[in-house]
Amino acid sequence: MELLILIFLPLVGAIATALFAKQNTAKVAALLFSILSLGVTVGLLCSFTPDASTQFVVNFPWIQQLGINFHVGIDGISMITVLLTNVLTPLIILASFKHEYKNANAFYALVLFMQTGLLLVFTALDAFLFYIGWEAALIPIYFICATWGGKDRIKVNMKFFVYTIAGSLFMLLGIIYLYLQNPANNFGLAEFYKLELDATQQGWIFWAFFIAFAIKMPIFPFHTWQPDTYTTAPTPGTMLLSGIMLKMGIYGVIRWLLPIVPQGVQDWTGLVMVLAIVGVVYAAIIAFMQKDAKRLVAYSSISHVGLIAAGIFTLSQQGLQGSMIQMLSHGINVIGLFFVLDIIKSRLETNKVDELGGLAKVAPQLAITFLIILLGTVALPGTNGFIGEFLLLMSVYNYNAWLGAVAGLTIIFGAVYMFRSYQKIMLGETNSLTASFKDINGTEKVVLYTICALIIAIGVYPKPLMQISEASVQHLLEQINHKLTGIN
Amino acid sequence: MNIIITIAVTALVVLYTGLFKAKKALLPITLLGLLVALGFTICSWDQPTVYFGMMQIDNFALAFASISIIGTLFIFLLTQRYFAENSQNIAEYFTLILFALCGIIIMVSYKNLSMLFIGIEIMSVCLYILAGIRKQNFASNEASLKYFLMGAFSTGFLLFGIALIYGATGSFDIDVIQTNLVNNVTNVSPLFYPGIILMMVGLCFKVGAAPFHFWTPDVYEGAPSLITAFMSTVVKTAGFAAFLRLFAGAFEPLHDFWMPALMVIVIITLCLGNITALYQKNFKRMLAYSSISHAGYLLFSLIVLTAHSASNVLVYAAAYTFASIVAFAVLINVKQKTGSDDIESFNGLAKRNPLAALALTIAMLSLAGIPLTAGFIGKYVMFLNVMENYQIILVVIAILNALVGFYYYFRVIIAVYFKEGKEVELDTPVQYKVVLVISTIVILVLGIYPSLILNLI
Repeated sequence: MELLILIFLPLVGAIATALFAKQNTAKVAALLFSILSLGVTVGLLCSFTPDASTQFVVNFPWIQQLGINFHVGIDGISMITVLLTNVLTPLIILASFKHEYKNANAFYALVLFMQTGLLLVFTALDAFLFYIGWEAALIPIYFICATWGGKDRIKVNMKFFVYTIAGSLFMLLGIIYLYLQNPANNFGLAEFYKLELDATQQGWIFWAFFIAFAIKMPIFPFHTWQPDTYTTAPTPGTMLLSGIMLKMGIYGVIRWLLPIVPQGVQDWTGLVMVLAIVGVVYAAIIAFMQKDAKRLVAYSSISHVGLIAAGIFTLSQQGLQGSMIQMLSHGINVIGLFFVLDIIKSRLETNKVDELGGLAKVAPQLAITFLIILLGTVALPGTNGFIGEFLLLMSVYNYNAWLGAVAGLTIIFGAVYMFRSYQKIMLGETNSLTASFKDINGTEKVVLYTICALIIAIGVYPKPLMQISEASVQHLLEQINHKLTGIN
Repeated sequence: MNIIITIAVTALVVLYTGLFKAKKALLPITLLGLLVALGFTICSWDQPTVYFGMMQIDNFALAFASISIIGTLFIFLLTQRYFAENSQNIAEYFTLILFALCGIIIMVSYKNLSMLFIGIEIMSVCLYILAGIRKQNFASNEASLKYFLMGAFSTGFLLFGIALIYGATGSFDIDVIQTNLVNNVTNVSPLFYPGIILMMVGLCFKVGAAPFHFWTPDVYEGAPSLITAFMSTVVKTAGFAAFLRLFAGAFEPLHDFWMPALMVIVIITLCLGNITALYQKNFKRMLAYSSISHAGYLLFSLIVLTAHSASNVLVYAAAYTFASIVAFAVLINVKQKTGSDDIESFNGLAKRNPLAALALTIAMLSLAGIPLTAGFIGKYVMFLNVMENYQIILVVIAILNALVGFYYYFRVIIAVYFKEGKEVELDTPVQYKVVLVISTIVILVLGIYPSLILNLI
C-alpha cells in the first residue's frame, strides 16, 4: 500500500499541477509533491530491512485476460534506484526555479508524470508493467525536450524517440516470447527467473533486451542520439535524462537481463565488455575535444556509464555493488555539473569553454561547489565517486587485466579534461564577458549545497548505502550462478 | 432484427422530415433512432438468435454492431454545420448514412453468403453516392466514380467466389459450408480453392488491403471528410467483421491453404501503407495510407486463428475507430478555418485550441500504439496472437512498420505543438467537444483498463 502511494503520488501531483496550477504556482506545486514523494521514500527506507527479500509487495490482477498483474515491490537494488529518483527529482525541480517556462504547469506536470513512470520501472515485478513504465517515462521526456528545448530540438528528439522506442519494441518482443514460454501464463519476474531456456533462446532474448538497455544507457555504438539530445534539451530535461533515465537501462540489465538469461549473458559478455570499454575510451577522447562544456559533460557521461556497464557484466559482487553506488553518485554528480553549466549559461548565454574564464574571482561560491562536484566526478577519495569507481575498476581488472588497465587510464584521462575545462572556466583572469558575473544565490545555493553535502557524505561514509543493496546483489548473483551451474 | 428495422425506419423518417424542410429536427431524430438501436443491441447481448437461417445475431455480431452504431453516432454528432456548408440535401446525407449502417449490420451478422452480398451492396451503393455528394466538386466526382468502378469490380470477384463455393457445396449457408469442409478434409472439392481466393480478393478490396488498395487514397481524399471518416472507421470495421466471420468460421478448415496468400497480402499491406504514409503532406491522404497499414495489423488475427481472434479484431477496431474519429473531427474543425487539409494547417494548433490539440495528440499516440492508449493494447494482442505461432519474422516486420508509423504520426504532433502557425482562433462547436472528450476518454480507459473489452466475444 505504501508503495502504491509512492508510485502514484507524483501522478496525482502531475494531474493536479496540470489542471489547477497557474503559471507561477506550478513550480511550487511540483516541488511540494516531489518533496512529499521524498518524504514517503524516507519513510519506506526507515521500515526497510536490508536483506534479500522483496518488500512492500503489492500484487493484484490488472488485465486478467492477458495474465498481467500489477505487481510491484522493492528489494535492495530497487531501493537504491527509487532513492535516486526521489532524491534527484526535487533537486531537479528546484534547479529549474530560476527559469520561466512557457506553460509551466504542463512542464512540471510532465516532470512529475515521468517520475511515476520511472518509479514503475524501478519497482515493477511484472514484465508487462515494466514495459509500460519504460514507455511512460519516455513520452513525457520527449515532450519536455521537444517543447522547451533549444535549436534543432524537433529533429534531435525525433531521433532520440525513434531510437529508444525501436529498442523497447524489440524488448517487448522478448517479453512476449518469455510470456509464451512461461507455463504459469503470466509476466511475473519470479516465474521468468525459473524459466529454463536453452542457449540459443537465451542468446536471442539477450539481444532483444540488451539493445533496449544499451540504447538507453547508452553503450557504444548505440549512443549517437545522446550528445545532441542532452545538448538541446532544457536543463531539467538533461538532468532527468542523464541523472535518472539512463539508470533505467542499468537497472534493466541487473533486474531483467542477468537473472533471466544468464547463459546468454555469459556467452556475449566478452563482446559487451569490449564495447563498454571502447565506449569509455572513445567518449573520453571525444569529450577531450569538445569546446562546449555541456557536450563535454554529455560525452563524459557516456564514458562513466560504459564503466558501470562493464562492471555489471563481470557478474561479480564488486562489479554489481560498485554499479549500484555509482548509479547514485553519477546521478548526483551529473545533475550538479549540468546545473553549474546552466547557471553559467543563463547569465552569460554561452557554455563555450574558451569564451569563459576567471569566474572564481567573481563567484567564489560557485567555484567551490563546482570544484567539489568535479572532484566527485573524477572520483577523488573522500567523494562519492571514489568508492563506486574503485569497485568497478577492480571488478573489470579481475575480469581482464588489460581491459581494467585501459579503463583505469581513461579515468585518469577523464580527470585531465575535467580539470582542464575547470581551469578554463573558473581560473585565470576575467574577460569582458565574465567580469560582471554574479555569484549563486537563493535556490541555486540550496541545490548546489545539497549536492555538495551529498557528495561528501556518501564519500566519507558510504556504508549505509552499500548495505541497502548488498544482500540483494548477493542473492541475485547466487541465483545467476545457480542457474548457470544448472545448465552446465 | 429489431436493430435493422429501427435503423431503416429512422432512415425513412429522416427522409420524410427532410421533405418537410424541418432541418432542425433531423439530427435529434437520427440520434434518437441510433440510441434506440444501440439499446436493442445491448439488450440482445448473450441471446444468440438466428433469423430464417439468414442472419445470426450472436455476441460477435452484436459487439461489432455496437461499435458501428457508436461510430456512426459520433459521426452524426460531427455533422453540425458541416453538411449545411456543403450541400442543400442534408436529409439525403443522413438517410444514406443510415441505410449504409443497415448494410453494415447485415454484414456483421450474416449466416448466409447471399446476405453477405446484400449487406455489402446496400452499404456500397450508399457510399458511392455519399462519396460523390458534393456534385460540383471535381475531386468528389472522381472519388465517387473511382470507388464505384473499383467497388463493382470487387463485388464481381466476390460474387464469382460465392458462386464457386455454392458449386462445391450446394449451399450458401456458412455453417453448411464449414461442415462440408470438415467432413471432406481429405477430399475437398477443387472449386473451393478458386472460390476462397476470389472471395479473399473481393473482401480485401473492401477493407482496402494492398495490393487491392488503389482506390483508397483518392477516394478518401476526394470524398467529403465526414464521409471519409465514416468509410475509414465504421465501414472498415464491418468489412473486417465480415472477413472474420467467413474465414475464421466457414473456411477455417482450409486455413493452411489460404494463410500463405493472406500472409503475403499482410506483409505488402503493412509495408506499402506505412512507407507511403511517410511521404504524405496531406493529412487525409496520410490517414488513408495509415488506414491501409492498420488493415494489415487487423489481418494478423486471421494469420493465426485462435479462440481470441475475433476479440482481438474487436479491440483493435475499437481503438482504431475512436482514434480516427478524433483525427477527422479535428481535421474538419481545422479545415473550416484554414481551408486546407494539409498537415501544415495543424501548425500551432496547441495555442489556438488546446483541447483539440490534446485530443489529437492522444489519438495519434493511440494510432501509433504507445502504451496506456487503446491502440497499444490493440497492437499488443495482435502481436501476441501471431507470436503464439512463432511467426517471428512477421512480428519483426510489424515492429519495423510500427516504427515507421511512429515517425509519421509524430509529424502531426510536432506540427500541433512545436510549429508556429497562424494565430486564428478556432471555435469548436459543443458537439465536437463532446465527441473529442468522450473518444479521448474511451481511448485512455481502454488503454489503461482493457479488461472491459478483452475477450468480450
